[in-house]
Amino acid sequence: MAEYVRQMPSASSDLARRPAISERFHIDFPLLFLLIALTVYGLVVLYSASGQRLGAVIRQAEYFVIAYTVMLAAAQVSVQRYRRWAPAIYLGGLALLVGVLVFGVGAKGAQRWLSIGGFRFQPSELMKLAMPLMMSWYLAARILPPRFINILASLVLVGVPAALIVRQPDLGTALLVSASGLIVLFMAGISWRVIFGAGVLAVLSAWPAWVYLLHDYQRQRILTLLSPERDKLGTGWNITQSKTAIGSGGWSGKGWLNGTQSQLDFLPESHTDFIIAVLAEEFGLRGVILLLAIYVLIFVRGFWIGMHAQDSFSRLVAAALTLTFFVYVFVNMGMVSGLLPVVGVPLPLVSAGGTSIVTLMAGFGILMAISTERRLVVQ
Amino acid sequence: MAPAVALKDPYLESRIYGARTVFVLVLALGLMIVLMARYFSLQITEYETYRTESDRNRVQLQSLPPKRGLIYDRNGVLLAENRPSFVLSLVLERVPDLEQTLEALGEIVEISDSDREKFETRSRRRRPYEAVPLHFRLSEQERALLAVNRYRLPGVVVDAQLIRHYPQGELFSHALGYVGRINEEEQRQLDEVNYRGTNHIGKIGIEKYYEDLLHGNVGYQNVETNALGRVLRVLERTDPVPGSDLTLSLDVRVQEAAYAALEGRRGAVVAMDPRNGELLALVSAPGFDSNLFVNGISARDYSALRDSPNLPLFNRAVQGQYPPGSTVKPIFGLAGLEYGLITPETTIRDPGWYRLPGEERRFRDWTLRIRGTGHGSEVDLHQAIEESCDVYFYDLAHRMGIDRLHEFTEPFGLGSATGLDTTNERGGILPSSDWKRRARGEVWFPGETLNVGIGQGYMLATPVQLAVATSVLASRGLQFTPHLLRAVNGEPSAWAPATIVEAEETNWQVIHEAMHAVFHGARGSARAVGRGSAFTMAGKSGTAQVVGIAQDAEYDEEALEERYRDHGLFVAFAPYEAPAIAVAVVVENGGGGSTVAAPIAREVIERYLMGQELADRG
Repeated sequence: MAEYVRQMPSASSDLARRPAISERFHIDFPLLFLLIALTVYGLVVLYSASGQRLGAVIRQAEYFVIAYTVMLAAAQVSVQRYRRWAPAIYLGGLALLVGVLVFGVGAKGAQRWLSIGGFRFQPSELMKLAMPLMMSWYLAARILPPRFINILASLVLVGVPAALIVRQPDLGTALLVSASGLIVLFMAGISWRVIFGAGVLAVLSAWPAWVYLLHDYQRQRILTLLSPERDKLGTGWNITQSKTAIGSGGWSGKGWLNGTQSQLDFLPESHTDFIIAVLAEEFGLRGVILLLAIYVLIFVRGFWIGMHAQDSFSRLVAAALTLTFFVYVFVNMGMVSGLLPVVGVPLPLVSAGGTSIVTLMAGFGILMAISTERRLVVQ
Repeated sequence: MAPAVALKDPYLESRIYGARTVFVLVLALGLMIVLMARYFSLQITEYETYRTESDRNRVQLQSLPPKRGLIYDRNGVLLAENRPSFVLSLVLERVPDLEQTLEALGEIVEISDSDREKFETRSRRRRPYEAVPLHFRLSEQERALLAVNRYRLPGVVVDAQLIRHYPQGELFSHALGYVGRINEEEQRQLDEVNYRGTNHIGKIGIEKYYEDLLHGNVGYQNVETNALGRVLRVLERTDPVPGSDLTLSLDVRVQEAAYAALEGRRGAVVAMDPRNGELLALVSAPGFDSNLFVNGISARDYSALRDSPNLPLFNRAVQGQYPPGSTVKPIFGLAGLEYGLITPETTIRDPGWYRLPGEERRFRDWTLRIRGTGHGSEVDLHQAIEESCDVYFYDLAHRMGIDRLHEFTEPFGLGSATGLDTTNERGGILPSSDWKRRARGEVWFPGETLNVGIGQGYMLATPVQLAVATSVLASRGLQFTPHLLRAVNGEPSAWAPATIVEAEETNWQVIHEAMHAVFHGARGSARAVGRGSAFTMAGKSGTAQVVGIAQDAEYDEEALEERYRDHGLFVAFAPYEAPAIAVAVVVENGGGGSTVAAPIAREVIERYLMGQELADRG
């Protein structure tokens, strides 16, 4: 059916126009160029952040090769097919998450991986894609703005996987997955009254939970999370070091490979979650502005795609993928600079780590599929 | 007019989406500005500060663990202190080659496999530039050798730590408990900020119960180090807040008297001030050297303690549950008077046994197997307590019924944990028909009431519970929650006031007189012990049959027989006129309570009261 619909325009009155290259190969060139720029920038920073180990950069580059392939492949799939498969992907993701809790492999006290024939896989990453697809599938078929009962159902769709991921425990990912689902709900037009009502309810219920449900030591942990300064030698130490790295970079930076904080191992997690501190130390505020500019352009392009999409499903998916990307950037840059609590969120497409890169790029693939869909209706 | 069926409205949906997009764009833009402002303030406004900070990259922050609070007895004798001990640690970032360094160290200090193992576990949880302990308790010679070889061992650090020490050793092992190295389970539960730099935590007893008071608060210092990791100078310092010093109500002399009196036996002594609930002695014998546990007890020492048939790790004073035997007869007698079932003049005939109406089984008095007869034809309550007549109490218990007996006895502190400020306290059993239905799923039989009437059968009590019950008798109705803590940093600690056990004044008097006669009466069961005492005492003996010990092939025959012997118990208070101390003594397999346990009670009472008199005289 989808193939049939895809063929349709060529048989219609729009026949005269030859499909552009971008439409034929389903590539959104502005987005592609921005992503390539970000990739190159990221690899340059990574070389310095990993202590000038070429191996780490090559490994990351290999991940990018896979990720770009996945993106281009994902762009070839029609939007209608994504729509049809959304529930299956979501349910599959849920099953895998349950699997993680039962059979999962641990690292550093958390259980996040499934090991299938020696191949390690992190189902919570799949959820980052499955969640926007599922929510858009569900809400696009309803009357919008959604009614109360549909909002409740949506919250269940968001809550179940989020709870499973919190159990692993992986607070950062749970946060991102929930955000990607709630964004869809917001973009679908959930009324402001409901949003404010939920906010008030959350604040009111937080107090009894704090007093009656939590152990004393759990409260201490939360306090430490919220104000890292309290734990001067743990999280607080990391934050002090990363703030020092960023601040000492100044406007023009200490120069590539010359960051003392990062090169002398004072900076923790310098090639993963805290990589922005290396960038800020070595390239200065200039470098940070350049990075932010690329991010903002990607972000704007994502919204442009969303605005020009044809139906609610495409629009919602596009908005969710774009906004989740923004949340990534904001949370990561906020936590490293001491604005936000430290939850494990990588800097998208710059931090080392294969799985998150592949997932993000697959998301951009879907975005490209939306962007290059042949128009049935001329608006 | 609203349509009957709501329809999807693509135009409306698209318009809402547009509005939301604008909103989100503005919001995102705002957040980006916040981020930019943050980076601007760090990199431009505060550039100088951070630039300097990063230049001082040899500066490191160290935690300063607080000094653990000391523990004293009521007279100011030190029971737990901290002694310096030297620790060998490594700063891994500064060690060029770990294997090589460990090998070189191995020539100077003996590093065991378990040292290596624990070192690896610790180094997985460290922060950058944190010194990871490798070996504890360095000798003088080892320290000297390390100092000489320092130049060729970069990253190797020797520093002094304060380690808990218990100068009284075995004497207070069960009363104080001990600290030990923090294990993984505890690591998960504790406040990790406050325990940075702390290696030890209270594991049991007072040390665990008052961990929060004893620990104190962590401090920090910023230090400048050279390339070898040696501290050159301290730049900034927040002092730690030391833990609070605790003064216990225990009296080291009373404790000594009790422990010495139990020498070579298994048993427990608990002494309490009936006027305020302070414990004066809390002894369980045999004890153990608590110092063994502080830095991780060796497997050999531990298995020796664990496998000893004398169970030295078992705190009999709070965990040991024994049939109280006749020690509870005064309480039951008081119950009889209060319920109006008997008067002081009521007498019974005691042929040496008792039989329930319409039943064949004879319940025997303890005199039957010795004298072949009972206590006489006209036994009243006074005599029944003085001589410990079982038949009198069989009859009384039968007439009272188990539930009234339970109801009257419970406020004396029996049947549930007393709430003493230590760990692992057990609750004993004060049976009732309700209890049996719940615990065993069976109905109560009248014959079982008779056994409880002489403190046997299902009834179990810990020595602490017996001391509390005796205090209630001694003070004529004041039931305090027993406690060990007397003052924190010299400030007296507040304890809940007594709850009152109501009874007629004349009835208390009858019981007191009978208990006085146990020591000082012509036929008192402990008259041999009461003779020649400097103080007037009141008490009650008890002998508990040992039941339910499984045959164990490991013990030789003599030992086996010893373990089937009765437990000897005794409770007492003194001075009779104005009680200032109440004591409970249990001697496992000691035989009769009046012969083996009563002398111990007298020792403890005399030591305490003589000490008081000396103190009063100045």
